[in-house]
Amino acid sequence: MAVLIDLVLLAMLAITALRVIFLKDLFAVVMLFGIYSFLSALIFVSLDAVDVAFTEASVGAGISTVLMLGTLALTGRTEKENKHSSLLPFLVVVVTGAALVYGTLDMPPFGHPDNPVHEHVAPRYIEQSPKEVGLPNMVTSVLASYRGFDTLGETVVVFAAAIGVMSLLGIRRRSEDETPESGLKEHQVLRVVAKLLIPFVVLFALYVQFHGDFGPGGGFQAGVIAAAAFILYALVYGLPLAFQVIGPKFLQLLAPFGVLLYASVGLYSMFKGGLFLDYNTLASDPVAGQHYGIIIIELGVGITVFAVMLSIFYAFASQAERSNVQ
Amino acid sequence: MSFIIDYYNYWIVVFLMMTGFYIVISANNLVKKIVGLNIFQTSVFMLYITMGKVSGGTAPIVAEGVTLYSNPLPHVLILTAIVVGVATTAVGLSLIVRIKRAYGTVEENEFQNEDDAI
Repeated sequence: MAVLIDLVLLAMLAITALRVIFLKDLFAVVMLFGIYSFLSALIFVSLDAVDVAFTEASVGAGISTVLMLGTLALTGRTEKENKHSSLLPFLVVVVTGAALVYGTLDMPPFGHPDNPVHEHVAPRYIEQSPKEVGLPNMVTSVLASYRGFDTLGETVVVFAAAIGVMSLLGIRRRSEDETPESGLKEHQVLRVVAKLLIPFVVLFALYVQFHGDFGPGGGFQAGVIAAAAFILYALVYGLPLAFQVIGPKFLQLLAPFGVLLYASVGLYSMFKGGLFLDYNTLASDPVAGQHYGIIIIELGVGITVFAVMLSIFYAFASQAERSNVQ
Repeated sequence: MSFIIDYYNYWIVVFLMMTGFYIVISANNLVKKIVGLNIFQTSVFMLYITMGKVSGGTAPIVAEGVTLYSNPLPHVLILTAIVVGVATTAVGLSLIVRIKRAYGTVEENEFQNEDDAI
């Protein structure tokens, strides 16, 4: 049965991707991309990657789609007719694809427990991490503890992307004399439903943040979900009101704060006589030390991801509002 | 039949990758190119997660009575890659917004013509 679900979902994914090629309406392309992300999230669930599915559903289908729609609002929604011949790209793709398919024949068969990928460090993570780190969710153990350096680097990359977007676009605050024409004032149902939903979305984000050690979730997902709640608020009630709730200046402080919180855990563990990001030294009991370390660094990740996603949205949305006024 | 099931996931991954690649090199509109890049990126995620799957295994969260877990390492790599992916996508999209402001178009051949005219 699981195999059948896998086959059908992957076929649907392929059809969705294929449809994107021929569509000229970019709004439909972006919507199809959202569907594509949701389908991939479903496939990740059926392949046991629940944490990844969680992230893909909130990031791919949520934030990416909103950002792309924000760009379309500025650049126009139809693609112009292309006069170039599409024969050459097609040939390139077919040849590359054929070479890759030939390459897959040397891959180990799908799902076999003796595949090389399962023989290196994975057995140690699976057998030792519940004792060494003391968390049921191995993905969190590996992410935050064994590969803590890597995750610190990823958090810095996310922060750097925010700097990139800010220096390219910046967040424009509207001046006082313009009449605010944002938000969906006509849609009473949306406004009421959004108001009811937002507290629960924020609550859920906090649950994902602090329960990520025991179930699927963690700082990355929680940050994105919390940002989605405020994005919903900004979309329905307009940017000026959203700026009053969480201003761009505050987010600019929040984003580096998360990264610094993460790095300071590493420095503190050095101060206590261990290595950088060696949580065992944080408390007298190594397992308790791991718990403290992971909770704090996941909080740092969550804060940075939240601040970065929301300020990127602010940047795009304030551009769109500016062009609407003009 | 088992041969097909053994390699089906890989073939779909290659198909998606090539679809994304085709969109990147053939599309004229920059936003569509970004969508193509994202499709390409997701296919790579799919490849990693496919390799991490163990038949009969379950999600790598300790539960009583379970002995076989899928490989948690690809999950960690891809989880962070997704978030970094959206951050870099945002940088790409903001570059597009700047191109639109500078050239008045996001169609590749049109702003190339303008560049040539200068």
